[in-house]
Amino acid sequence: MTTETTKSVYWQGVRDGAPFILVIVPFSLLFGVVATEAGLNVFETLTFSVLALGGAAQFTALQLLTDGAPTVIALISALAVNLRMAMYSASLTPWLGEARLGQRALAAYFTVDQSYACAIVKFEQNPGWDIPRRLSYFFGVVTPICPLWYMFTLVGALVGTAIPAGLALDFALPITFLAMIGPMLRTPAHLAAAFVSVTCALVFAVLPYNLGLLVAGLAGMMTGARIEVLLERRKDAART
Amino acid sequence: MSIDTVDLWIVIIGLGLGSFALRFVFLGLVGNRPLPAWVLRHLRYTAVAVLPGLVVPLVVWPAATEGSVDAPRMAAALVTLAAGYFLRNMIVAIVLGALTLYGGLAFLG
Repeated sequence: MTTETTKSVYWQGVRDGAPFILVIVPFSLLFGVVATEAGLNVFETLTFSVLALGGAAQFTALQLLTDGAPTVIALISALAVNLRMAMYSASLTPWLGEARLGQRALAAYFTVDQSYACAIVKFEQNPGWDIPRRLSYFFGVVTPICPLWYMFTLVGALVGTAIPAGLALDFALPITFLAMIGPMLRTPAHLAAAFVSVTCALVFAVLPYNLGLLVAGLAGMMTGARIEVLLERRKDAART
Repeated sequence: MSIDTVDLWIVIIGLGLGSFALRFVFLGLVGNRPLPAWVLRHLRYTAVAVLPGLVVPLVVWPAATEGSVDAPRMAAALVTLAAGYFLRNMIVAIVLGALTLYGGLAFLG
């Protein structure tokens, strides 16, 4: 709908991003706590969150460093976990590619699982939105998420080991991601992609450096694309 | 063991620069040049291909139990996924998953 103002679209983004607060707060708090336990000081912990801005990658890097893995392995593994950001970047390009370079750089920095997931759904629902509306929505989603990510990393680093283990915060990430995946499984192609991804991730878990995840991601994407083509062909055949 | 300060900063800065490069590569450098249809078709399945692969090892081999299968965590994962799929509501799915986890840990753990 082109009648929506960029301001109302921004607030729509804020509303869609707000539920993720429930996820971002415990998750960033956990990172702060775990990093402090690993011996990082408050400045190091906060810089980690501001520069990397990716929970799973941050945890991966920290875990490997704590285990005494070589620096280069810790770095490559964490980047592999963040490789999906390149795929998100490519996926957002048809929608935001015509924005100014500075805006694209800012949107790139704020491309996280949540902002990508919200934006791609909304952009597909509203193909008539222009670039300013798309950017407003995107930064709207980011508004309740990223500042809290920094803030609660800091809180976690400050409260440190005062969090009881019984809270089982380790499972905040899997539950969050699973809750995101459920609504994404809209078509047989999406289901097949997810199924192949899960299978490959388990089979190739033996591969070092998180390479199993890359195999799973590529195999899942190829499966989804293939099934989409097959289903379209069958639909065309049924029509003629 | 404690982490070497130089190693730590190499990883922090490297991960920061590398992550930005990954996020910027298409959006910043490809810009408004149109992407071919087959690329777009693959990209539609990015999230649904990567996130399940990221999550499943964490569910099957949770770090908190040193990698052995854990009934409360497995149950919580299945409830979360089913709730997300059938109810199409992420927050409800998280709440139901968390309740299952805490219930399971209270009764079994």
